[in-house]
Amino acid sequence: MDYTPRELMVVCASRQIRDGEHVFVGMRLPLIAFALAKRTHAPTCVGLFEAGIVRDVPSKELLYTMGDAPNIAGSLWTTSTLKVMGLLAAGEAHLGFIGGAEVDRYGNLNTSIIGDWKHPSVRLPGSGGAADIASFSQRLAIIMQHDRHRLRERVDFVTSPGYGFPGEEGPAGIAWRERVGLPRGGPTALITTLGLFTFDPENGEAMLQSYHPGTTIEEVQEGTGWKLRLAENCQETLPPSAEELKVIRQHDPEGVWTR
Amino acid sequence: MSKLTSMTDAIAHYVPDGSSIAIGLALEPLIPFAAGHEIMHQQRRNLTLIGPISDILFDQLIGAGCVEKVKAAWVGNVSEGLAHCYRRAVEQSIPRAIVTEEHSNFSIGLALLAASLGVPYIPTRSLLGSDLPRQNPTFRQQLSPLDGSPLLLVPAVQPDVTIIHVQRSDVDGNAHLWGSLGVSEAAMLAARDVILVAEEIVSREVILSDPNRVLGPSFKVRAVVHEPWGAHPSAVSGYYNRDHRYYHEYHTRTRTTEGFQQWLDEWVLNMPDRNAYVAKLGEKRLISLGVKEHRFAAPVDYGY
Repeated sequence: MDYTPRELMVVCASRQIRDGEHVFVGMRLPLIAFALAKRTHAPTCVGLFEAGIVRDVPSKELLYTMGDAPNIAGSLWTTSTLKVMGLLAAGEAHLGFIGGAEVDRYGNLNTSIIGDWKHPSVRLPGSGGAADIASFSQRLAIIMQHDRHRLRERVDFVTSPGYGFPGEEGPAGIAWRERVGLPRGGPTALITTLGLFTFDPENGEAMLQSYHPGTTIEEVQEGTGWKLRLAENCQETLPPSAEELKVIRQHDPEGVWTR
Repeated sequence: MSKLTSMTDAIAHYVPDGSSIAIGLALEPLIPFAAGHEIMHQQRRNLTLIGPISDILFDQLIGAGCVEKVKAAWVGNVSEGLAHCYRRAVEQSIPRAIVTEEHSNFSIGLALLAASLGVPYIPTRSLLGSDLPRQNPTFRQQLSPLDGSPLLLVPAVQPDVTIIHVQRSDVDGNAHLWGSLGVSEAAMLAARDVILVAEEIVSREVILSDPNRVLGPSFKVRAVVHEPWGAHPSAVSGYYNRDHRYYHEYHTRTRTTEGFQQWLDEWVLNMPDRNAYVAKLGEKRLISLGVKEHRFAAPVDYGY
């Protein structure tokens, strides 16, 4: 069955959502992943949107932005950013989604600048809510394009903290997050156009969990700026089911985000 | 006393050179583009822009040379990606160099909330371990005096003027706003002056019939401007939808400095007023953006 890399990423993102969870939904692909999860394996999950929206039914129309009117109509609660972000800060979000321009092997994410921040070669848009979602979600899923210059040994600027870095004070991982004062969380999935990584919370390292159909571990290594560590049961990613593709295409019939 | 005024006068009076302005506070919807375009018309300089995720209005003001400093969580084009004028300003000082103070959506909200509460800062655990506290020198890190845990102190940000687009207002600035609010409430309460831009001017009775839908007290409001379609191309719940195509065209046309200048002349500088802008959009486009199916809320009873 034919599907696009983005459709597979949406499916991988949707599979991160467990039934009943409060999901902090980001922009673009996670909007569709939330709709897909709702209509398949997680019918009772609830979506939180930083514009100030909480809803348990996906928008009737494809969203270009979370603040589009169809996302407001029929919501459970329409309120302020501070209230929804306050819920996030207090630990109410089980899973958060963010995207990024660069990520390192410890799941630290950059969406601010390429180069030196005093003289950047590329000015990216910045955090938005990403740094908050990375700070506070119980679990974090990162979605991005897989390129060697994006999956780097070290990113130029940490916008959204993952598992930090190993240093004199101790290892990366959960211990690093505790040291700097983050209350919980850390990345649990890095979903790319080539594969899916999970993380070892003990040392914060990304592990290749699965490689997408049509790619190989060698190809993933070729596109990754650090030496891959494989998860114990690393295997090929389960392709989208016919049902999953049907729901995605109903939701995004023109392929605005998924083609 | 009526605060109803023209956009020209509101901007001339309340947005002098060097002002700090909070604008675009509901994130993607309700962005006061008409007010922003008037600021460009009047060639304001050395402004500080304050906001959360800002869709293309910040990029336009930066490209037009109005801006000295940005205190924001995100400057870009939400449905398209990077902001070309912002990039040119930061990377090449075109049309001028700008200073940025990096925020997240939560931290800019907390900064405005602190100002609205009259306190110097609000602590959070967000952004700890990120590079934002290093980039933004206004943040401080400190251990909690209560339990010794690490905290980020987010200092208050008080805008000189907050500009908010609302669905409807009376002439005194009693106004109804609905839909996702972003950081509008904190920004209104924090500001020294507030300009409201309204789709509709209604009677005081209409507003007072539902006081829970009022964002903040009208005594904060200095000017009320009646400007239908004043938030286009952003959305206003109950009035019109987001004009996604406009954002795409802006993104495509502003890749070069010359392209941006042509766009600026065409859509802002050569427009005598907002009516001309709306006329340029054309009836067909306006109808396509309009509400297709009304969804009125059930009335509430304030009876006693």
